[in-house]
Amino acid sequence: MNAPVKTLEERKSELQGMGDSRLRKEDARFIQGKGQYCDDIKLPGMLHMDIVRSPVAHGRIKKINKDPAMAIPGVHAVLTADDLKPLNLHWMPTLAGDVAAVLADEKVHFQMQEVAIVIADDRYIAADAVEAVEVEYEELPVVIDPYKALEPDAPVLREDLAGKTEGAHGPRDHHNHIFTWEAGDKSAADDAFANAPVTVSQHMHYPRVHPCPLETCGCVASFDPVKGELTTWMTSQAPHVVRTVVSMLSGVPESKVRIISPDIGGGFGNKVGVYPGYVCAIVSSIVLGRPVKWSEDRIENISTTAFARDYHMDGHLAATEDGKILGLKVDVVADHGAFDACADPTKFPAGLFHICSGSYDIPSAHCSVKGVYTNKAPGGVAYRCSFRVTEAVYLIERMVDVLAQKLNMDKAEIRKKNFIRKEQFPYTSAFGFEYDSGDYHTALEKVLDAVDYKALRAEQEQKRNDPNCPTLMGIGLVTFTEVVGAGPSKICDILGVGMFDSCEIRIHPTGSAIARMGTITQGQGHQTTYAQIIASELGIPSEVIQVEEGDTSTAPYGLGTYGSRSTPVAGAAIAMAARKIHAKARKIAAHLLEVAEGDLDWEIDRFKVRGNEEQFKTMADIAWAAYNQPPEGLEPGLEAVHYYDPPNFTYPFGIYLCVVDIDKGTGESSIRRFYALDDCGTRINPMIIDGQIHGGLTEGFAVAMGQQMPFDEQGNLMGNTLMDYFLPTAVETPTWETDYTVTPSPHHPIGAKGVAESPHVGSIPTFNSAVVDAFAHLGVTHIDMPHTSYRVWKKLKEEGVQL
Amino acid sequence: MIPPSFEYHRPSSVEEAVGLLSSLGSEVKILAGGHSLLPMMKLRFAEPEHLVDINRIPELKGVRVIGDDIVIGAMTSENAVIADPVLNAKVPLLPEAAKNIADPQVRNRGTIGGDIAHGDPANDHPALALACDAIMTVVGPNGTRQVPASEFFLGTYWTALEETDILTEITVKAFPQGAGYAYKKLKRKTGDWATAACAVVVALSGSSVSHIRITLTNLGPTALRAYDAESILMGQSINDDLIRQAAAKAMEICDPAEDLRGDAEYKTAMAGQMVQRAINEALAKAS
Repeated sequence: MNAPVKTLEERKSELQGMGDSRLRKEDARFIQGKGQYCDDIKLPGMLHMDIVRSPVAHGRIKKINKDPAMAIPGVHAVLTADDLKPLNLHWMPTLAGDVAAVLADEKVHFQMQEVAIVIADDRYIAADAVEAVEVEYEELPVVIDPYKALEPDAPVLREDLAGKTEGAHGPRDHHNHIFTWEAGDKSAADDAFANAPVTVSQHMHYPRVHPCPLETCGCVASFDPVKGELTTWMTSQAPHVVRTVVSMLSGVPESKVRIISPDIGGGFGNKVGVYPGYVCAIVSSIVLGRPVKWSEDRIENISTTAFARDYHMDGHLAATEDGKILGLKVDVVADHGAFDACADPTKFPAGLFHICSGSYDIPSAHCSVKGVYTNKAPGGVAYRCSFRVTEAVYLIERMVDVLAQKLNMDKAEIRKKNFIRKEQFPYTSAFGFEYDSGDYHTALEKVLDAVDYKALRAEQEQKRNDPNCPTLMGIGLVTFTEVVGAGPSKICDILGVGMFDSCEIRIHPTGSAIARMGTITQGQGHQTTYAQIIASELGIPSEVIQVEEGDTSTAPYGLGTYGSRSTPVAGAAIAMAARKIHAKARKIAAHLLEVAEGDLDWEIDRFKVRGNEEQFKTMADIAWAAYNQPPEGLEPGLEAVHYYDPPNFTYPFGIYLCVVDIDKGTGESSIRRFYALDDCGTRINPMIIDGQIHGGLTEGFAVAMGQQMPFDEQGNLMGNTLMDYFLPTAVETPTWETDYTVTPSPHHPIGAKGVAESPHVGSIPTFNSAVVDAFAHLGVTHIDMPHTSYRVWKKLKEEGVQL
Repeated sequence: MIPPSFEYHRPSSVEEAVGLLSSLGSEVKILAGGHSLLPMMKLRFAEPEHLVDINRIPELKGVRVIGDDIVIGAMTSENAVIADPVLNAKVPLLPEAAKNIADPQVRNRGTIGGDIAHGDPANDHPALALACDAIMTVVGPNGTRQVPASEFFLGTYWTALEETDILTEITVKAFPQGAGYAYKKLKRKTGDWATAACAVVVALSGSSVSHIRITLTNLGPTALRAYDAESILMGQSINDDLIRQAAAKAMEICDPAEDLRGDAEYKTAMAGQMVQRAINEALAKAS
């Protein structure tokens, strides 16, 4: 009996291609506890490293006595900066053109800075040895406030830079000044302000927060002294770049360095950089000839590996009396901590902060970002956002609210009035970004209808008029545009390597496939979604497509996963590589069917002869032929590699609305409703998109409502455990409502824009907008985050609100 | 995050445990659920030389009814407290409040006795013990003695327990018929200690208050009983004004330590809020 003929829909659905909510291929191993993380790696003869850290935030190292530690049985080595000096490894270059101490060289610059390492037989002995190392410090005055750091008589933090008046990004005008970076047209913006009928200004601090991935950072370095080969398993979001850096630092040829990012338990920007712990483990393995493992604990992770944000911003808007924005000016003082170790494209010391004109058609704009050293841990990474885009979106969304308040306009109305209109795309902003596509008005109307915005405003009005109402009600609205997918190599590079990404696809003779990418999943679900792109492009079921990433010895070179770049860049590389295979497959199909290539039509999973439905070859038929009877003149095999250099960034956008009820007695905020509409262009896996959005909103909720890294005057970080650092559990997490529109990117091969970071970037100002809105009738225009109950209660008290 | 080495002992009876405490010197700690002690040890804030693990002593676990007494073994886990039918029927404040302690994993290991014996004013059971007029049974080298909760908590990490004592039982009486109760705990998130918390037990005779306890968590060096606040309500028919007065009296005895949860002013104000809300909730349950 013949098998029943499948319909087109059936054939399409069997592929589980783009648009299919196929289940995550990764989950089977994770939910069974069978992931393989760095700390799961155990090698024969492996030693353990632990780090001696500074208790003081600023001090001179007077003396280090290793002897008591060395006397502990099972301790193999104690290394300090003096031991690394002969190798010239006591300092290392940062991604931002600065240098950072690997181990503190004469001075410590922040609390918990790495001062020495110990290598021991096991983790317990190593911890005892850390306690036994005696370090004597002479304490120096501590600078925590970046404004104070710039005062003329502020303590000199970076003595190693003495006399250096030129930094990686231009002149330095103060000993604690790193760079001043500007974008836009200052004189045009000044003119707009000089002539504008209305101007508003607002100072705001985007607090220092930490990405705090569930898995902390760590590595296992294994140097084979016989072969001269170095293999390192590492919690890295960018293994290929790390290999290049390790090769440059260690002198081991890049061909003999292998970096493997195994399963990674979340990155969120925290795992982009190269940390002293990695370098020391690698050096120790090379010196001792044995594998060395280093795993951070939670306190070390929060205290020392890369933080995010810490931008002190002054925003200014100029506008007409009816709310049309004429100009934007922004001045930022950026607290970079002790070393400039921001992870940004080389030419952008403030990342893509100049996306701060947002979703609005603003004719003139200027921004200036001043980077400053303080006695805090280095970092400034993109915490679930494209480089400094979270700060930019926060700034413009806050400023538009402030302007609306000044003009007594509705938040939604002022946004509609200033949106870049659909027909203006591609739109070049005053800062020079070319926005690819968008339809903001449609998306905003959809959200306002969905939540019945008018009814919410009426309810709020009624509650404001009721003195016995136990809560303050606030409505937050944000209409954000992101810039992601870094990026075009003509402007974007990391240490000189262009920010392309790559894909290699190999179709096996029986029609299954393997694809390898230069990116690395940390929870994004690449093994699931990348296969879907190939499935749709080549007509091979997702189920038989293996996706591998993270091993520099097998994957093609790529810049890694951060800044929502996987789909915009590597996703495009996948489509392009698949299309190369598709083109070859067409030749083979034509040969097999004995027709001209032009007589073939592609249909889901096969080439068929036009006008003769019965004559076709599936991709599986073609794969077999490719290894068996390729046409004359055509190489056997069916594979392709593509390095994709994006012509532009992509510009996902979203409309978020939040309703908050604040308890007048306790200051507790209850998120009654959060409606998130995202437009990430073409949607590859709606279920994974929803998961990404839920995760991003939850992180955004954490940042806005609780995360903080407070320092005391001595530079002690208060609250570096999960007791104090707010990671919401399911109990605290609000219910999320998601929605979408689809405005494909015109320049991306499959029209996709990237989504993982939008919910983080967009939700933070939304929560803020809601909390401020709850106080707006009292004349409050801005409240700095985080909106903990304590801080909100102080605001209630300040405003005379009582239960 | 790795403790220094220590000796581990696992006695199988209270006598054996007391013997170990008496013979091992001063650097010895009892390991109950471990959820206060182990975090302190891994941070090396506590560096005991010996741990005496009392988890394998069967007589320390479970809830028994002896006459009018409800006897709770000190090693009864929080989840066992939450699930216990006797406690739910007779002293429902304890299971309800225990649901607010830490998270489910911690409640599987954490014990009522460990929570009390640690002497941490941030722990929830001390204030609950005060609200329930609990009697602590303490076994030491010189025998067994009973200490009322009101005399048990002496200061931060300081209780009536000597170094060689073990808290073995917590004894409470059934609430008066128709008593209402509540535990209101303001916290930053699941797993956190209270910013401020208040336990209330109230019984009515007709419309007037015939029994009342108002106790506070994490608002001073020990759990606190707000006697003056109770006096304002005792014998009265409660109204909003009296509740506000009682809350103000309770706030007067607060002496909280400033931390990231808030300063003393905020925590004291929150004590007032929790007292008012707990009284209202308890009254709503009272019949």
